[in-house]
Order: sequence, then C-alpha cells, then structure tokens
Amino acid sequence: MSEIPGDLKFLKSHEWARLEDGGVVRVGISDHAQGQLGDLVYVELPAVGDSVQAGNACAVVESVKAASDIYAPVSGTVVEINEALSDKPETINEDAYGEGWIFAVKPSSPDDMEALLDPDAYAELLEEEDAH
Amino acid sequence: MTEMTVLNPVHRALGAKMVDFGGWDMPISYGSQIEEHHAVRRDAGMFDVSHMTVVDLHGAQARAFLRHLLANSVDKLKVSGKALYTCMLNAQGGVIDDLIVYFLDETHFRLVVNAATRDKDLAWIRQQAAPFGVRVEHHPELAMIAVQGPNARAKAASLWPHALAERALALKPFSATREDALFIARTGYTGEDGFEITLPGSEAAALWQRLLDVGVRPCGLGARDTLRLEAGMNLYGQDMDDTTTPYEAGLAWTISLDEGRDFIGRAALERQQREGVPRQLIGLVLDEKGVLRHGQPVRTARGAGEILSGTFAPTLGKAVAFARVPAGDPGEISVEIRGKAVPVRVVKFPFVRNGQACAGI
Repeated sequence: MSEIPGDLKFLKSHEWARLEDGGVVRVGISDHAQGQLGDLVYVELPAVGDSVQAGNACAVVESVKAASDIYAPVSGTVVEINEALSDKPETINEDAYGEGWIFAVKPSSPDDMEALLDPDAYAELLEEEDAH
Repeated sequence: MTEMTVLNPVHRALGAKMVDFGGWDMPISYGSQIEEHHAVRRDAGMFDVSHMTVVDLHGAQARAFLRHLLANSVDKLKVSGKALYTCMLNAQGGVIDDLIVYFLDETHFRLVVNAATRDKDLAWIRQQAAPFGVRVEHHPELAMIAVQGPNARAKAASLWPHALAERALALKPFSATREDALFIARTGYTGEDGFEITLPGSEAAALWQRLLDVGVRPCGLGARDTLRLEAGMNLYGQDMDDTTTPYEAGLAWTISLDEGRDFIGRAALERQQREGVPRQLIGLVLDEKGVLRHGQPVRTARGAGEILSGTFAPTLGKAVAFARVPAGDPGEISVEIRGKAVPVRVVKFPFVRNGQACAGI
C-alpha cells in the first residue's frame, strides 16, 4: 500500500480531492481503488463547464473487470478535465494521486471539503474493509 | 461452503487477488490481468483449472452410453487419446453443460466438465449411465494446470523425461497422452497452443513451481476470460444454459445429427430446425471507446437482444462481445451503455487466433 498524501481528502467511495492554491479542487480515485479495479481501459470524463453535485456520479472509470461511477466530492463547476486519460487510462493505475487525476472543480461551497475524510480517517476505513 | 483447489496456498503466496468463482476461491489475477493476457498471446502462461470436474466412465457399454448422452458424436473418436468438444443436452435440447470427452479405450472414456455445474452434471450422468451399466467415477483428487501460449508446449515439455516429452510434443491438437496418473492433452481455452495437464493433486504444487522456474507466468481467471472470449469460445452459464439450445448459442458446429443415433435432446433440436431457430448468437465489436458487458441491452432491426459475454479485448485494444438476438439479418445494431445507444459492428468470430486479430475485426 502506497503512502496516502497528507494534503488529500476522501469520500468513502474512494475518490480523493485536493484543494489547490487558487481554490480549485482536483479529483481522482485512491491508489486502493485503482488496485481493486485492476487494469483501467476506459475513462468517461465530464465536460468542462458541467455543474456537479457533491455525492453525485459525474464520471466513469472502467477496468477490464468492471465499470465504476466516480462521485463528485464537492459541488461546483468542472473547470479542467484530464484528457490524457482518454488515450492512457492506465495512468490512473500508475499514478493515482498525481498524473492520474480525473477532473478539477471550482467549488460553489467551500464547506463541502469539511465533510470529507482526512487521510487518517481514510486509512482507518481501508483497514476496516481489509478486516472483512 | 467455499471450495479450494490444492494450489490455493500457492496462489496466496504469489499475492494473487482471490475471488469467488462458482463457489470456488480462485485467483482472478496476480497483478496485471492485461499483462497476464499478453503473456499467453506472446509467450507462455499457466492457469490453475483444478476446479474443473474430471469424470471417468468405465464399462463395455461406455461408447454406446456416450452416443446417447452427448450431442456431438463420439463415433468421431477412433484413436486412443483423441478428444471431442460437445454439449450435453436435456430432453428439451437445452444445454446442461459443455464438456470435453476423451477416448482412452473401448471401456474407458474421460469427461472434463465445468466446476459450477458439477453436482447437476454428476447427477444427470449417473442417472443416464445406469441402464448402460457404466461406472461413473468422479476424481476430485486430480489437479489440472493449463499451460498456454506459443512457447507453452516447449517449456512444459522441457520438464519431462525425453520419451514423454517427445510423445507430448508429437500430440496433434485435441488429443492426449498418459503416463501413469499424468494426463497431457493438447487442448485449451485461450485460442493459443498449449497443454492441459491433469495430475494427482499431491504433485500439482511441484509442477507449478517447475513451470514458474522455466518462465511460465501465472495467470488468473480474469485473463482466462478475456483470452477465451477473444478466441470466440463460449462460457457456460453466460453464453448458454439449460434454456438455450446449441443452435441459439453459436454451437451448431458441435451438433452431429448422424444417421440413427438417438441422443438426448435430438428430437427437440430437429423440431427447432423444422420450425425455425428463433434466436442466434452473434459476435460484436465496439470501434468507439467503451466496454461491452454482460447484460447490456442490444437493439437490432429484428428486435431486442442482450450482451452475453462482453469485455475489453487486450489483444485488439477495443471491446468485443457475444450477443443473443432474434434470428435473421440484424441490420444496424446498437448497444445501450449507461442509457446511451452506441453503434457496434457484427463480425465473425473468433476475434483472435494464434496471437493475431482475425480479418475484419
């Protein structure tokens, strides 16, 4: 299990969110999630300008095994998408917390970040899942 | 109750991701499923298929019994060791299971049937065998390792004594040779050359290790599924079952309506041929991005159908599928993926053979 970066927040459904300088929230899936999904072969991205609601599905990642919805960690407007994933979805397998980001949102409500899990709480969640 | 093959601790020690497969705790992959797939297409991979059910049939009437039990004709098997792929049907012509039958001698045939259907298969076979006085012997103590890929036979044979290796390498496709309890068949479920090796469970871990030592890559059920679908091979329970006839499952080539052979399901098949087969299995390719998957709705000019087996095909870099749709020219076809109709192409299968995409895929 790779180290969880300290500047991330998480949804229970394994998306990460990083609040960047300038107030944009970058979103991806955790290293644990990519490991569970296996080799990714397709990513369905939102469009720049889309409105997203915290907790609603707004992208899809598909591995050989399964398709998985990606939920928005915060509400707001999509301002950037990682188009490189269209040709290289395996980037998520290789670098889930870096080059494998999926989209970025300009949040409409900064408080949304407060509701997310911090890295310790997320690590605890993973331990609980492992125990089952 | 979860069942385990004798190699279960070996898979866990290799760090395999384990899943439930029809009641069996089996490895889905040991890391990257796609790399395992490519290893089989380009070099050599191995699969633990010890969950498969080995059934030996003994008796003077063994051949007569199999003429009755199986939809393909065991009369095609004339040389000891020769194998045949066939369906076993119910009286309605529905597929109870698909299997491989090996002819060993006139009083001894071997069947290899699916794991998930083991109990119903054994019950059916025993019931049908009784009037023929054939003894039905299930062999759960045997393990099976499939070694597949262009270099698979050479690597496996390098482990055997010279005479046995020569005999194994001289095997024609779909035939087998034996040495005591070791049973080597030139068969597989990947579209590549290779062996399926049946041996006592007590010897399986040692063979697995020796294969590993000569560079055969462990592969899980995930790669097995993408390999078999690329190779255009059906999966029981997904592509056909008790409610579909072989004609509706792309398996007409396995039906032998030979003169005077009264096999179970024959009358129903002949009736369906007279009245018209209502549904067909077709091959699909998705040229756009996305993945075809089991259960997705299919629309054709003749009506609705559905995806049976569907996957991303690593050799092709795009998705392929089997679909069951109404009979006749399907015209323009689309598949519904997450509420959106996506156009797909109908193609002949196999999609891939011997490492290469087939023409038109």
